[in-house]
Amino acid sequence: MDYKKLGLKAGIEIHQQLNTKEKLFCHCPTLLRDAEERNGEFFRYLRATESEMGKIDRAAEEEMKKENRAYTYYAYDTTCLVENDEEPPAPMNPEAIELSMTLAKMLGMTAVEQIHVMRKLVIDGSNTSGFQRTALVALNGKIPAGAVIESICLEEEAAQRVEGDIFSLDRLGIPLAEITTGPDMKTPEEVKEVAAYIGMILRSTGRVKRGLGTIRQDVNISIREGARVEIKGVQDLSLIEEVVKREVLRQVNLLEIRAELIRRGASVPEDYTDVTSVFSETGSSILKKAKTILAVNLRGFAGLVGREVQPGRRLGSEISDYAKKCGVGGLFHTDELPAYGVTEEEVAALRSFVGAADDDCVIIVADKKKRAECAISQIIKRSKMAFEGVPEETRKMLEEGSTAYMRPLPGAARMYPETDVFPVEITGEYWDSLEIPELLTAKEERFKNELNLDAAVAKQMAYSPRMPLFERMIREGIKANLASRTLLATLRELYRDGVDTYSLSDDSLLELLKLVEGGKAAKEAIPDLIRAISKGMSPADAVESVAPGISEEELTGIIQTIIGERKDFIKEQGMRSLGPLMGVVMKEARGRADGKVISEILKREIQSVL
Amino acid sequence: MDSGDRVSCSYAGSMLEGTYITKRDGKAVIKLGNGYNIGVSFDAVTKTGDAEKREVVKGGFTQEEGLPDLAIVSTGGTIASKIDYRTGAVTSQFEAEDIMRAIPGLASIGNFTSHVPATILSENMTASIWRELASTIYSEIESGVEGVIVTHGTDTMSYSAAAVSFMLKTPVPVVFVGSQRSADRPSSDNLMNGLCSAAAAVSDLGEVSVVMHGTSSDDYCAIHRGTRVRKMHTSRRDAFRTLDMDILGKVDYPSLKVSLNKHAGRRGSFEPELHADLEEKVGLVQFYPGMNPDLIRSYDGYAGLVVAGSGLGHTSSACIEPLRELVSSGTTVVMTSQCLNGRVCDRVYDTGRDLIEAGVIEGVDMLPEVAMVKLMWVLGMEDDKEKVRELMLSDLRGELGGCTPHGL
Repeated sequence: MDYKKLGLKAGIEIHQQLNTKEKLFCHCPTLLRDAEERNGEFFRYLRATESEMGKIDRAAEEEMKKENRAYTYYAYDTTCLVENDEEPPAPMNPEAIELSMTLAKMLGMTAVEQIHVMRKLVIDGSNTSGFQRTALVALNGKIPAGAVIESICLEEEAAQRVEGDIFSLDRLGIPLAEITTGPDMKTPEEVKEVAAYIGMILRSTGRVKRGLGTIRQDVNISIREGARVEIKGVQDLSLIEEVVKREVLRQVNLLEIRAELIRRGASVPEDYTDVTSVFSETGSSILKKAKTILAVNLRGFAGLVGREVQPGRRLGSEISDYAKKCGVGGLFHTDELPAYGVTEEEVAALRSFVGAADDDCVIIVADKKKRAECAISQIIKRSKMAFEGVPEETRKMLEEGSTAYMRPLPGAARMYPETDVFPVEITGEYWDSLEIPELLTAKEERFKNELNLDAAVAKQMAYSPRMPLFERMIREGIKANLASRTLLATLRELYRDGVDTYSLSDDSLLELLKLVEGGKAAKEAIPDLIRAISKGMSPADAVESVAPGISEEELTGIIQTIIGERKDFIKEQGMRSLGPLMGVVMKEARGRADGKVISEILKREIQSVL
Repeated sequence: MDSGDRVSCSYAGSMLEGTYITKRDGKAVIKLGNGYNIGVSFDAVTKTGDAEKREVVKGGFTQEEGLPDLAIVSTGGTIASKIDYRTGAVTSQFEAEDIMRAIPGLASIGNFTSHVPATILSENMTASIWRELASTIYSEIESGVEGVIVTHGTDTMSYSAAAVSFMLKTPVPVVFVGSQRSADRPSSDNLMNGLCSAAAAVSDLGEVSVVMHGTSSDDYCAIHRGTRVRKMHTSRRDAFRTLDMDILGKVDYPSLKVSLNKHAGRRGSFEPELHADLEEKVGLVQFYPGMNPDLIRSYDGYAGLVVAGSGLGHTSSACIEPLRELVSSGTTVVMTSQCLNGRVCDRVYDTGRDLIEAGVIEGVDMLPEVAMVKLMWVLGMEDDKEKVRELMLSDLRGELGGCTPHGL
């Protein structure tokens, strides 16, 4: 596809969890927990309220269509009443402000003089308060990849959905930097490139959370004739290009459908028909169960409702997404019927009942009366929007990169001031005092040139989540090769063997390597020692019980015994016996001695026999 | 520049468009097009357009025929609060109609008349407002309403509920209600508390009560007796607790089904009566170790003083003489306990016996603030010292009990 010709405009918002000690508006740790570890739960109802301007946000209004608005929350011994929305927030976490300001400086931005915390209405249950606290901290930056960075906001992370309407409070309140670019990207590749660059900047601080879900990208996409669509929550950078490509495809197809509808003189009626009686004898299990079946006849829509707009998604799916907001499971349309147990005769009866012509498409929805009525009005609403082509929407990503409708694009009406938090002044002195960390690209070069790491290892180490630990190890005198091999290769191998390497603390790994550097344990014993540490042993105890270092005398004794038992073999093989005997000694010493030392003593002892 | 004016400001080499909101800490607060507020220096801001007139929305609810007549009496508080976007603080400025608009569903429970004797933060409550409150409620009852809802700030709600309990004998439910989280947030407890209070107001209850969240969840509201309730948490929505007795009942949510316990007063048990005299010169003092006896002496000339003593109802020996002097100069002194749960007994230890001997009245199991409000009311009606003592030791509105429940 010729993206430039289509007038593709894309911008991204990157949401990155910050690895601060405490949450943004309370003093709880930024720890994620297993839902099984919860020590309390409660449930609440949420409802849309008016903004400071006296308006209700359209996205919130849409959310109110949901019937049961009770949300359950899991609480932990690491969450508090602020997460429960039962205590006013603490002042904004200074560490998070400092980190977001550092990011602003790295991106060449200007800080606001006074930070104001806002409440952004979100009533899908992901915030106990019904709003997310967010503050604009810096504006106007530029990055080498070409894009303009419009703003950085410092926000609180939302609660994580456990399932259905159950949320876990551990994630709520973790500081989140939201970096927004201008709509400057013109191709899917550029989007990926800019996202990757910002990702690199974020990780260069060494103070952002790592792992699945800690960084999320929202992509704003439009083409010339289309409309702005925001796709939420792209977690994987490798999918970002595909998401852009598929959205462009969707917009192109929706525009073609619009053109065809206009050509045909198609129309959407204002009213619907109760067709419950048509299906009184139906064999379709879904229709049989329903109390009410409602239909709308879309004039001139035949074949278009069933047309694919994105891999696996049709115009019918788009309309269905709107209907589902009312709680129905989905809809049927005559472009796909007969199917799902609905017979050809029933389709014919339906068509004639609503007076459908050949080029009409009839959509039906079946549920309890109230829900069906809500759904059919949504179906009519979305069908009318087909004449606009592309509706402005917030969409969620599905697997593989296609998307589904989530809610209308929210407007400024969802923002009102968080009056419980005082504004924060950003002075010139403060701004000047912020130090910009070394970029990962520079770090990679330095690891290669100054620490003599292999180029591939240097890159891997610079981008590794363990990079801050690696740098600390180097500062504390650990050799670069030992540190990088342990952090990259050894830990990965152990993880594959089922060792819980994520629970290993930085301190214990550092202490272990210090013991090795100090000759208290052999390099060869590192995997066994880490296994022991991962089970809760201290590094010193692990060395003591798993592989205490052997003194040179003791080692010489062991070697002499081994040689004494194999004198004939040595005499026969001469110095060639070194290799085989090395293996025997290593096994006997079980990693308690350094290979180089063993080799030296063994050589000496063999020579003495010869 | 006025709030709402369109402005532009130069910022980092570009121009930002926005709306001027207010002045804060010397900076101009500007709302940008994306809804975010930022603070900028005034010299960077230029006015580009006048503020749009904001429509004041009124009404928006219709009252149904045939529903019970209820009264809403509003005194302010969080349930009736709105953010003042000029100062950024939460203030009470709603009228009762606004409460009904803010709590959709009230209109299907009753036909409301409304009164606003005060719009204050509850810490600014005074005895004279209590009097006005009690007379407003009384005249509503006289005019035939089936129940009264009093919206009130939560901080001093239990004081007001106790004051009204003493001043008013009621045949219908008088329900105090508030909210812990402001009405403009989607998670506010105002909706559930408001609806549950209305359900309690049309129920068979016949006394002054407080209706607030029973747990942290939105599952039910507890109905508390006005003279036994206390705010026991600064911010949780289930902050209100009944001490030393069971709650009067529950209102389930969202069904609004009311269930009353046996000991709850029933509708129609009394003829309405109002006795709204209060003696304002009554103090409440909490004893603490090392307390300077001069603090007690500073109440010289007061008609009454309630002491929240330690444990079973004690003060240090040093405070006994000044208390004796107060009593002999005509001040009625009542001893309660800062333990809150349990009853006072000054016959166990020496200092207690000295207190009794000095003429201090044991406050039985009354909460200190309830004892204070009661003493104001009793002294407002009665001059005779013996009668005052007798009334203070009698259970008038369920504020004091003969047996302490075991609580198992």
